[in-house]
Amino acid sequence: MKRDWVAYPYMGWMLVFVTVPLVLLLYNSVIIDSGSGTVRFTLEHFGRVLEPMYLSVIWRSIMLALVSTVICLVLGYPMAMIIANSSLKTQYVLIILFIIPMWMNFLARTYAWMTLLEKTGLFSQFLRWLGLPVTGLLHTDFAVILGMVYNFLPFMIFPIYVVLRKMDKSLLEASRDLGATPLMTFRRVVFPLSLSGVLSGVTLVFMPAVTTFAIPQLLGGGHYTMIGNLIEQQYLRANDWGFGSALSIILIVIILLSMALIYKVDRKEDGGLMI
Amino acid sequence: MKKRLIGLACLVVLLGAALLTGCDSDKTKLYVYNWGDYMDRSVIKQFEQENPDIKVVYEEFASNEDMYVKVTAGASNYDVAFPSDYMVRRLANEGLLHELNMDNIPNFQYIDSRFTDMGYDPGNRYSIPYTWGTVGIAYNTTMVDEPVDSWGILWDEKYEKNLFMYDSQRDSIAVALLYLGYSLNSTDEKELEEARDLLIAQRPLVSSYVGDEVRDLMAAQEAALAVVYNGDAMQMYDLNPDIEYVIPKEGSNIWFDCMVVPTTSQHKEEAERFIDFMCRPDIALQNTEWLCYPSPHTQVMEELDEEYRNNPTLYPDDEALARCEEFDDLSAVLPLYNRIWDEVKVGALEE
Repeated sequence: MKRDWVAYPYMGWMLVFVTVPLVLLLYNSVIIDSGSGTVRFTLEHFGRVLEPMYLSVIWRSIMLALVSTVICLVLGYPMAMIIANSSLKTQYVLIILFIIPMWMNFLARTYAWMTLLEKTGLFSQFLRWLGLPVTGLLHTDFAVILGMVYNFLPFMIFPIYVVLRKMDKSLLEASRDLGATPLMTFRRVVFPLSLSGVLSGVTLVFMPAVTTFAIPQLLGGGHYTMIGNLIEQQYLRANDWGFGSALSIILIVIILLSMALIYKVDRKEDGGLMI
Repeated sequence: MKKRLIGLACLVVLLGAALLTGCDSDKTKLYVYNWGDYMDRSVIKQFEQENPDIKVVYEEFASNEDMYVKVTAGASNYDVAFPSDYMVRRLANEGLLHELNMDNIPNFQYIDSRFTDMGYDPGNRYSIPYTWGTVGIAYNTTMVDEPVDSWGILWDEKYEKNLFMYDSQRDSIAVALLYLGYSLNSTDEKELEEARDLLIAQRPLVSSYVGDEVRDLMAAQEAALAVVYNGDAMQMYDLNPDIEYVIPKEGSNIWFDCMVVPTTSQHKEEAERFIDFMCRPDIALQNTEWLCYPSPHTQVMEELDEEYRNNPTLYPDDEALARCEEFDDLSAVLPLYNRIWDEVKVGALEE
């Protein structure tokens, strides 16, 4: 009884700020105002999502998010290993170095990249000084992916680092004693054991990457309409809540599906290890 | 159990105290909703000093359409908003504006009669003009050698990835319509589709669809050409004297940004006091000097620095003004406009 009572405020919170908005979203996505305040059921909004123009936006969002996630993984994994394998003091310093930029607002950091990447910006000037034929990096694929990787990289590093740090070092010694090369040890021991960290890292990067709308707007110069931009536009500009809600529902479904996929891989991996 | 109850009670008391102190209960809160970077903030401070019973809460929007959505969404309680001409008309038609009581706004007398009793609000029942201006092309003379006199230059492949368009559907579609020789108030589906195809064809040339940041980007020579409002062009010129501004020969849009009191307002009398304050000669002058945008205020025009008053970017000659047309309220074809802009922004058809 007592426990129930303590949970009420949280349940109330969830009800008001999670359940009710979701129900409203669902409701808005399947009704249409047929004038004079009467509403009727419709699947028109979802029909619009299936038009080639909007499907291409969804496809582009998923691809850009996937590319950023892969780059984050490729960059983040070695970094996590470096941090996990250094002395305790160095670990703290490195972790703090990664955390400090996150104290700043993410929009401010993205605006800073705009200044760095523009034609007369520091970054472009530096590349020109190196002799590279750079005319300007802002408003390109490169800028959008860079923005995403930069912003989301810590979300990949931290979960992997935590898993690597807790790993039983005697397993590595055993592997070495049994004659495995370092590469083999990594492939057969370290990586499989760190998979849970990799999967949460992938989840933590992919979700914000697929839903972001500020980064493509600011660094892509409005050329890279992603599903987040599309939803924002329906609410803020077009005043088309029905279509905006339908798009949001589709986005939620995409995220739920990818989470289910990751969960499945995760469970299979755990099962495999137990045998 | 008892401990928990006490804890909870403390929490409730704390929350209540936080809410109360947050309210500043004896002051009336006046919600002002304006375009980004569109008012000298020290003017607001002065208003609060002269009216100790009022605390101004200042918020900003990026386009008329954004503002409309926020005002109509119902959750807002804006007291003074700054829509443009066609949006004033739309809000008034939909019954979303309070009628102004001119007895509370005596400084209205200073508004130039050229800017009162306009088509969008006959008799100024709902609105007082705040600024006016034109849309045109800003270009960097060190990067553009030829004379700029037509919207057509925005489709010249020489300037690939070297030009900015406004991320505003009404302004961008207007540019395409004008270049095609149509009215910027066209509701003809065929004409609008031609404009859409033109804008989609332009996409590969456009460096970015921008908002207020266009000022800094142009000043930093990020592009040679940009579609801008003339006040922004003036601010660019102040940052970088190589920037020039032109109203193309095909014509352009002349607009009027106004002050209105939406029906969401709970403090109409205080809102009118604020509007009157903004029209007071000394305040209007101070604000205009900060803002750069053209003023409809007679006293301001008399006292404004020559450099600004005689600047053709800000105050174009009659011949150029004759080419400019006002926006009408096109609510009836809005879904078509929204759709066209989606297609241009997504650019799916061209890939």
